[in-house]
Amino acid sequence: MTGERPRTISRRALLRGAGAAGTAAAVRAVGVSAEPAAAPAPAPAATAAVQPAGAAPARAVYEQLTADEGELLEAIADHLIPNDEHGPGAVAAGAVTYIDRALGGALSGSRDAYRGGLAAFDRYCRSSRGAPFRELSSVDQVSALIDVETGAATGAGTGFAGSSGAFFDMVHGHVLQGTFGDPYYGGNQNFVGWDLIGYPGIRTAVSPALQARLEAGELRPNHRSAYDSDYFEKAVVSVATKEARHGD
Amino acid sequence: MATRLPGSDVVIVGLGAAGGVAALPLAEAGLDVVGLEAGSRLTRRDFAPDEIRNNVRDWPFSVRKCDSEIPTLRRTRSGPAVQGSGHPMMNGVGGTALHYWAQSWRLNPWDFKVVSETTRRYGASRLPAGTTVEDWPFGHEELEPYYDRVEHEVGVSGQAGNVNGRKDPRGNPFEGPRQREYPMPPLRWTGFLNRMADSARMLGWQPFPGPAAINSEAYQGRSGCRYHSHCHKGGCHVDAKNSPAVTTIPRAEATGRLKVVTHATVTKVATDDRGKVTGVAYVQGREEFFQPARFVFLASYTYENVRLLLLSKSRAYPIGLSNNHSQVGEHYLSHHQVAPVTALFPCDLHAWYGLPAQGVAIDDFADDNFDHSNLDFIGGGNLWAYSDRRPISAASMSTFDRAPTWGSAWKAFIKENADRTNTAYIQKTTLPYASNHLDLDPVVKDPLGFPVIRITAEYKQNELAIAEFLQDKMERWYREAGAIEIVRDELGGQMGVSTHAYGGTRIGDNPETNVVNRVGLSHEVPNLGILGASVMGTSGARNPTLTVQALAWRTAEHVVNHWSSIVE
Repeated sequence: MTGERPRTISRRALLRGAGAAGTAAAVRAVGVSAEPAAAPAPAPAATAAVQPAGAAPARAVYEQLTADEGELLEAIADHLIPNDEHGPGAVAAGAVTYIDRALGGALSGSRDAYRGGLAAFDRYCRSSRGAPFRELSSVDQVSALIDVETGAATGAGTGFAGSSGAFFDMVHGHVLQGTFGDPYYGGNQNFVGWDLIGYPGIRTAVSPALQARLEAGELRPNHRSAYDSDYFEKAVVSVATKEARHGD
Repeated sequence: MATRLPGSDVVIVGLGAAGGVAALPLAEAGLDVVGLEAGSRLTRRDFAPDEIRNNVRDWPFSVRKCDSEIPTLRRTRSGPAVQGSGHPMMNGVGGTALHYWAQSWRLNPWDFKVVSETTRRYGASRLPAGTTVEDWPFGHEELEPYYDRVEHEVGVSGQAGNVNGRKDPRGNPFEGPRQREYPMPPLRWTGFLNRMADSARMLGWQPFPGPAAINSEAYQGRSGCRYHSHCHKGGCHVDAKNSPAVTTIPRAEATGRLKVVTHATVTKVATDDRGKVTGVAYVQGREEFFQPARFVFLASYTYENVRLLLLSKSRAYPIGLSNNHSQVGEHYLSHHQVAPVTALFPCDLHAWYGLPAQGVAIDDFADDNFDHSNLDFIGGGNLWAYSDRRPISAASMSTFDRAPTWGSAWKAFIKENADRTNTAYIQKTTLPYASNHLDLDPVVKDPLGFPVIRITAEYKQNELAIAEFLQDKMERWYREAGAIEIVRDELGGQMGVSTHAYGGTRIGDNPETNVVNRVGLSHEVPNLGILGASVMGTSGARNPTLTVQALAWRTAEHVVNHWSSIVE
């Protein structure tokens, strides 16, 4: 149900109108709670209904993130790995779709960190730069993100109650996973992440001849997911553990 | 109320790298063996080449007992202990050997005689202050037949460097004499690995392929390695990684003498008033069982071996089983395998496929293979250049201060450099010290209400000096091979929760300073054997697993040969 590929520009244009209600709710939440008020985000169907005729395909529909959260996260992801002359970026890869799905499963423990962090980021943009993130100039957007990354956006009431750097690191890590992970998890759509870094693909047997072709620069990406074959069990990971030392 | 089960000859607690190997000689000798394993059975179809599941989300670690009993950490006895962020081992039939790198080294002869060899060559004053290191109760030659046996029973690929004293320049010139070649040739090299080997030779060093419990060709009816790049924290989809789950355990089960019990969490080893072990208590689901046995092997991981001993208090052992000399938990060390060096090259390395056990080793700066007269440390390290790359980790590479960490400039950087970086693995001599040890945490408990292990340990000056010395060597090697940037990690401080955790039940003749005797049986408990790296008193500069398995086979063989006198 989240198969549509997002188109950044059309969605942004759409959001400027549709996000107003959620924006008002977020403003009310300032100074009251780290948790955003239940934003009356438009239902996906309603969003689709107001889409201008002739616009790009419908926006991505998220299951865990609200529409406003999804839009803000896409805007952040678009700065972390932008769409540029080197190819498609995190938004085209579906990194936010990856995060949204994971928040309903393996990353469910991060749901509150996203909810609180995105609200805090919105609060910080308004208090420090006078407008929501998406309405800032590109330069201001980058500088706001740098504040979050370096921890400068920390400060209850005006930004992050906890470390803004921890929120940035979490989002950055998940955007990388959603751009360069197996497409099975909803990201790396059309293998745009793997193509960007020249990864030739999942191969379960690499013969000496195949290695030789790789080293000769003759191996083309095969665009396969680990689960294209029925051989592998699709185990559900319910617990996300933290980084451990390597398992040699 | 625990259900009392029919008795068995032997119970093995833990069917991983140690217990899974020991089961075979016991079962083949006709003893009835019950193997209790906290995890489940996995098959090769469970081992998908999936970086998100294996490496990001740490599957197959996620279903495991040890995740609920992560040790706490502190550097010194005066500081507060904080629970670690994770436990690097897994539970399952085959244990962490299901997904380890499978580097299968023998210790070098020096590692058994650190005290006497250091004293002989440099004087006793060169032993670092505060170390509690002892010579092993035997040398490499005692363990050689068991190394040989395990190498052939499970299957190890590699290149011999010393067969019965005859040196072979293709192998490790510093290894102890072995009685025959490896059962399989080494894993193949790539263009990058050949370049690293050539560069080492230019420096006058002696590169060789490392040994691995991975089939380089078909062995015992199982496939050769397919080099698919998901070996690190991943199990093998063609059973070419030789964990006990596909080697010794099935053969032991085929005798009809080994009964494998999964999802069994052992909570206590029981003893009678005479101090003999009577069996073990375990929990399976919500049910409690008592498994009587005439002999018990502890074969869980170092932290769990120590923990179970300290939790098993009784009238005969009031401060923990086999702990009447207060040695359980002492002489602990986390192998110094951190402080790596990372290089950037000006060309693609074609490292997208391969495995971490496929690489080039340098032993010229390990152990006492070089003169330490004018150095301020003893021991050394093994340099390991290897292939291991997957997309998410590649995209997370260091930018070497050449680019920011996100945005268009970063994207341009990784587009060009994702296949141009390499990180060396440097394992270093690590010594035990009086101030480093394991005990039970006074606060943190597992879900069953039992305290977790507390690690009080830090790397000392000797370890830090080795780390700096080896980083210099590694940088020189990378530069010789054409690296244009180098990043060196910090030398190390607090000892973390480690995949190479040694000590706590050290082997030695003196019961005042060691928990198990020279054959691996408790000094205090006549029918208790302890298997695993917890018995090792020195680390060497290489992975512990093959030594653990050789010791396990040797201890099991001793129990078989002396069964009547041990259990009477």
